[in-house]
Amino acid sequence: MTATFLILAALTVAGTAAAMGLRNAVHCVLALTVGFAGVAGIYLYLGAQFVGFTQIMVYVGAVAILAVFAIMMTHHPGLAEQPFSRYAVWGIVIAAAVFLTLARAISLAPAPSVLATSAPAAVPSATVQQIGDALMHRYVLPLEIIGLLLTAALIGAVIIAMDPKDSPQEEIE
Amino acid sequence: MNPLVAHLWLIPVLPMAAAGIIALLPRSKRLPAAGLAIGSLAVSLVLSIAAFAHTLSLPAAQRLEFVNVPWLQFGDKWLRIGWLLDPLTAVMLVMVTFVGLLIFIYSTGYMAEDENFTRFFCFLALFAGAMLAVLIANSLLLLFMAWEIVGLTSYLLIGFWYHNPAAAAAAKKAFLVTRIGDLGLLIGMVWLYAQAGTLLFYDNGLGSIESGPLSHLPAHTAFFGLSAASPIAILIFCGAAGKSGQVPLHVWLPDAMEGPTPVSALIHAATMVAAGVFLMARIYPLMSSTPEASALAAAVTPTAALQLVTWIGAITALFAATIAVAQFDIKRILAYSTVSQLGYMMMGLGVGGPAVGMFHLITHAFFKALLFLGAGSVIHGCSGEQDIRRMGGLRKYMPVTFAAYTAAMLALCGFPLFAGFWSKDGILDAAHAWSPSVIPFWLGTIGALLTAFYMARQMAYVFFGTLRPAAPHHPSHHPAETEQPIAYEDVAEHEPHTHRPHESPAVMTVPLVILATFAVLLGFLGTPAWPWFQAFLNRTDLVAPGFSAFAEPAFLTVMLTSTAVVLIGLFLGWWLYSRNPITHADAPDILDSAAPAAFTFLGHAWYINELYAATLVRLNSTFAVLADILDRFVFGGVVQLVTWASLAVAQFDRLFDTYAINGGFDLGTHTVRLGGWFTTRFQTGRVQTYLRFIAFALIALVLYLLWGATA
Amino acid sequence: MTPLQGCLLLSALLFSIGLAGALTRRNAVLVLIGIELMLNAANLNFIAFWRYGPHPEALTGVLFAVFSIAVAAAEAAVGLALILAAYRHFRTNNLDRMNHLKG
Repeated sequence: MTATFLILAALTVAGTAAAMGLRNAVHCVLALTVGFAGVAGIYLYLGAQFVGFTQIMVYVGAVAILAVFAIMMTHHPGLAEQPFSRYAVWGIVIAAAVFLTLARAISLAPAPSVLATSAPAAVPSATVQQIGDALMHRYVLPLEIIGLLLTAALIGAVIIAMDPKDSPQEEIE
Repeated sequence: MNPLVAHLWLIPVLPMAAAGIIALLPRSKRLPAAGLAIGSLAVSLVLSIAAFAHTLSLPAAQRLEFVNVPWLQFGDKWLRIGWLLDPLTAVMLVMVTFVGLLIFIYSTGYMAEDENFTRFFCFLALFAGAMLAVLIANSLLLLFMAWEIVGLTSYLLIGFWYHNPAAAAAAKKAFLVTRIGDLGLLIGMVWLYAQAGTLLFYDNGLGSIESGPLSHLPAHTAFFGLSAASPIAILIFCGAAGKSGQVPLHVWLPDAMEGPTPVSALIHAATMVAAGVFLMARIYPLMSSTPEASALAAAVTPTAALQLVTWIGAITALFAATIAVAQFDIKRILAYSTVSQLGYMMMGLGVGGPAVGMFHLITHAFFKALLFLGAGSVIHGCSGEQDIRRMGGLRKYMPVTFAAYTAAMLALCGFPLFAGFWSKDGILDAAHAWSPSVIPFWLGTIGALLTAFYMARQMAYVFFGTLRPAAPHHPSHHPAETEQPIAYEDVAEHEPHTHRPHESPAVMTVPLVILATFAVLLGFLGTPAWPWFQAFLNRTDLVAPGFSAFAEPAFLTVMLTSTAVVLIGLFLGWWLYSRNPITHADAPDILDSAAPAAFTFLGHAWYINELYAATLVRLNSTFAVLADILDRFVFGGVVQLVTWASLAVAQFDRLFDTYAINGGFDLGTHTVRLGGWFTTRFQTGRVQTYLRFIAFALIALVLYLLWGATA
Repeated sequence: MTPLQGCLLLSALLFSIGLAGALTRRNAVLVLIGIELMLNAANLNFIAFWRYGPHPEALTGVLFAVFSIAVAAAEAAVGLALILAAYRHFRTNNLDRMNHLKG
């Protein structure tokens, strides 16, 4: 439990809370990038550099930008709507209840003996070469499947998002 | 088997088919109708003569052939139809087809002006077919079926002029009265089937009138010590009595004269009424059968059935003859004469066996048909007049008819050497020798006297004396001369004889002459000297002709007695009616002036009809009213009660249905709908609502893992 | 409180924030982002257990996180495409109005 961790955690919580709480959707996405960056910082702090940079590239670089585009494309300029649902209070209460039960579970859990003996260990090495070896040997099948999944998702996303009127095919109802 | 016997069924089927075809012809096709009927019957006649000749060619003991064809199956029993040929059938076939053919030909002349000529021949042909079917039927059941068709055609032909109320009523009466007899026949038939297990006449020893059943049938004791055979035979005799107009059931036959005269001749004199006698002759083995044990006694004492037949026949013979004396309608006299002669036949059957009765049947068929046809000729010549008081002197106008009529009249009376003499003598001779009682003989003898008397009276009225023109208005002080139906002549033509009586056309007189020949000669087939007919019928070999039979004192006595009786009767008739010719149509009958009470009594036919009307018919009406009341109030009440009960139950059901069943279902559906309504509250369609439930589930899961698993 | 517990608490807080966003926001894009946050919380758990687990050399947690990020990226792409399609259909991205499944 270091100051670094606390600062990163505070940054993350503040960013994500702002992302979920601000009224303007574009502001929300901007705050979200802060939150994602905070999570990436936590990964780096925990020694998982590869995952941390992946987090920045995928979330901050791709998902957040996508979200901005989506918000822009679905934005009604003249329509000033209430951003929160009518049952927002219920949602917050439920979320709070979930957090409390989880926190209670975390605090009650006895420290496993393995953790007690070996922790806090030295930062384990997780170099890109090691990860690449693991992906090419032990996890090659999941890698192939995830490649397939990504391709299918890409094509599917394009087809779903495509406006039927712009499609080169015949009119589709 | 001889091909003729194998195709014997053609004899009845041909006229029946002709009837079917004629029924389809339009009314205007007179010539084809008559031609078909006469042609088919002529073919039947040829076949019948061939069958007769075939029977003759066989040795006497083998003169019985039959064909039983399986027809319907009941359980393990087969109902078999078919036909048989024995001397009895052969003789009757020839007689019916021959007399029938002559009467058919005669009818073409007699009915020439009737508009329903075609229909008449349809009925006649149907009658002929059914009658022939009765003759060749192989079983009592088939015989009964044909018998009923005969009854139907009789009904149709009596009521042929149905627009005449008297004819319609007479037809109805004939139908109902004969049905009473047929009921007995039906019951007897069923009983016979129950006892013998078959209704076939001949079945290689197993037929109902063959030795197999007859050996055990009489041993069954029914009641009062009678063997089962006796009540069965008596029940069957009921049918025969109805058909042949025997005493309690004779009332329909005189009324049947409402029909056209050829019908009276064919059906109600020659053939159909003889069917009863034929039936008795057919089942004679059944009637005469006795238990083996008392076979010796039976030789002395006839069975109860035969005794009953004899008594009924004898009483009928005398009873009808007395009535005939006091009638004025020419056909009614002949009708009562027919009843009387049928009584003789029954009596002959009872006392002397089938041959004696059948011989009289055959001779009677010829001379009675002749009498009726002669009467028809007279009526035709007198423009429809049937009252003998308004005739007279016709001898001069209708010589052929007169000659033929005289021959027939002498045959009927039993004048020596004529046909009726031999056959009636046979009956009286047998009656004389009858062991139980001699009374039937005397009844028959007195009947013979009366027969001669009333025939002489009729001749005197019709053919002798002078023509008595009818008064413009017919005074009918006597019910027996109630107005008879005017045949086809219309009323204008019926006015007092504007033209003289005339001889009938050749188509009517030629049959008369042919029949007259037979009326004279037929008797020689069965004289005591040469009893060919009796031997033929009894299937025994003919004994050599010989005159020894005449030498028997008993026979000689009977013959001389009957001859004397006939002569006395004829003389009485002449003395009373011809000595002083009747000159005026309204002059009272001599007997009427001598004994008005007795004459009126006889004229009313002993008031039998009135007796029936007062007793049986009234009783029937009372029962009908009682049944009506019973039906209306008792059964009707029960039905009403049941209705009400059903209604009440239905009402209760309705309430139960509405409130219990429907209510239950309504409650159930309401509950389901409420449940549906409640659960649809969760289906808001908003994704966040579902998400909330998932979150709840997460909380619950974590809490369970925290505490539930460790507990 | 061990470092692991700190990480897990942060993860739980992150998850709750994502859940709260997903439950309260009307904008479909933001609901999707809330879900991404919850996924991030899960990834954080994987990394924390790898870091403080007994066999960090096996790299299981790291690789699981990598795959998870890949799947999350695909999910985000498809999800946003769906939102676009839904928007084109309903002329709104307000989830309260997309209630055609209402019973």
